[in-house]
Amino acid sequence: MMAQGIVALLVASGLVASAAGLQYVREQKYPQPVVSEATLFITSGGALRRLTTGYRALAADLYWIRAIQYYGRTRISLTTPPAAGGRDGTLRYELLYPLLDLTTTLDPRFNIAYRFGAVFLAAPLPDGAGRPDLAVALLEKGLRESPRKWEYMHDIGFVYYWDLHDYRQAAEYFDRAAEIPGAPWWLRSVAATTLARGGDRGASRLLWRQLYETAPDERGRQAAGLKLLQLDALDQMEDLQRRIDAFTAQRGEPPRSWQPLVASGALPGIPLDPGGTAYELSESGRVMLSMSSTLFPLPVEPGPRVGPP
Amino acid sequence: MRAIGTIALNVFRESVRDKVLYNLVFFAILLMGASYLIGQLTAGQDVKIIKDLGLAATSIFGLFIAVFIGIQLVAKEVDRRSIYSLLSKPIDRYQLVLGKYAGLVLTLAVNLAIMAVALYAVLAYMAWMLGPGALLGLDAPAFDPALLTAVGLTFVELAIVTALALLFSTFSTPLLSAALTFALAIAGRFSADLRNFNEVVDSPVAASLARGLYWVLPNLASFDVRSQVVHGQHLSAGYLALTAGYGFMYIAAVLVGATVIFSRRDFK
Repeated sequence: MMAQGIVALLVASGLVASAAGLQYVREQKYPQPVVSEATLFITSGGALRRLTTGYRALAADLYWIRAIQYYGRTRISLTTPPAAGGRDGTLRYELLYPLLDLTTTLDPRFNIAYRFGAVFLAAPLPDGAGRPDLAVALLEKGLRESPRKWEYMHDIGFVYYWDLHDYRQAAEYFDRAAEIPGAPWWLRSVAATTLARGGDRGASRLLWRQLYETAPDERGRQAAGLKLLQLDALDQMEDLQRRIDAFTAQRGEPPRSWQPLVASGALPGIPLDPGGTAYELSESGRVMLSMSSTLFPLPVEPGPRVGPP
Repeated sequence: MRAIGTIALNVFRESVRDKVLYNLVFFAILLMGASYLIGQLTAGQDVKIIKDLGLAATSIFGLFIAVFIGIQLVAKEVDRRSIYSLLSKPIDRYQLVLGKYAGLVLTLAVNLAIMAVALYAVLAYMAWMLGPGALLGLDAPAFDPALLTAVGLTFVELAIVTALALLFSTFSTPLLSAALTFALAIAGRFSADLRNFNEVVDSPVAASLARGLYWVLPNLASFDVRSQVVHGQHLSAGYLALTAGYGFMYIAAVLVGATVIFSRRDFK
């Protein structure tokens, strides 16, 4: 009886292996067409809500996982050099907003989908879709569902500040957020700073610091932490440039490397960025962030306020 | 009462013999596998997704048990012809129906209780693995007692489905009973659409018919509080009591119907 069972198991295993072998041969001889990942079979949130009745939250989780995977895959594709097979010119995060929209239609209180999604919709390529308008639309949708959620107002203000450079609108949203019971006290000072100082680096640092401290999860904290380090790098680069310019004025020509600056005592050593990678020096004596730095590329800073607030 | 208890215990034992509890193994594997995979697939939200998955799986597994065991409660006795020896014993037909029902509800209760324990165990493990920092942004704590509210209402919902399966099994074939029970279980989740049918049709007759169906069909959508619980939203005691009360009344009505039909059925 036992021997019969073992023989049956072996025969079944052999048959499954044969089937897999035939499948392998077929795939080699008749390759399957590559299914485009950039496809959404159901685009209507209303239809999905009906189809998933009773299990909408679980369906929202699946769409959220798909949005994360889609974002990661697109980002890798955009940041991989062409020689390594990356950068599909057609990819531009087109599905990111529809995926986030479906996620939040299925689960209208999916907090992280609004906040995390808005960050990556607003960020410029290749880190995001470069669509601050869609980021605002997603957060406004969240506000319609949870009108007392000061975090969404803060995030909209942030998009207006950092991506759209509209400081008046940004300050308005920070102010609205501050009026919600339970909102933190610092929103008032953020609103005042935004209105008074516009896009100067100190105001930016204040905003990123608050975002870092109130981030809903570790990934959000890491993204805000990266921006703070990039702002530190911008400070360091300005300081280094002043030293280089002084050296150039003294010697009559720009330094070709860091060595003359170190030898002259203008610098204590080869300068490293906050991520630990050495800064580079161009032939014309301009300090640059290395492309291999973890902080590359540096963000485009919002411009300083021009004219009265 | 004693006869009902004895029949219920027998149904429970039979379910265990039929390896119904094996579904708990699949449930445990599903949760453990998901808790590992989700960490690789998503940015945070592991705890929310495990809660959603655990509560949805509890409902789906329970629904299949309620339907597929429920429809066989009477049919199996008729098929095996054991119904004759049962009816020859000093028990009333209503006791047989209620005993069968109570036995399956007991099976469901044990299933749901074990699933809830497994869900809490996985959540406790995840909370320990992620550390307190990762749990700060959650709407509700990982080890949230409110999850039991969702499990409790799921139990009442499944008890209604079980009663419907039993009702159909008293006069119909197992296949038709399964189809009818599933149809009602699905229709019950769309009950809000029936209430607002007048917004999509012009015919007052159709709208009145839909509204009538809304009051007659089981309103199962109101038992689904899984999303609210996972997001840490407050559920008032009044809502819970009224929903559970509605469920018990509906079950009682269906069981009265099942008892009457079964009492009049001729097994010759």
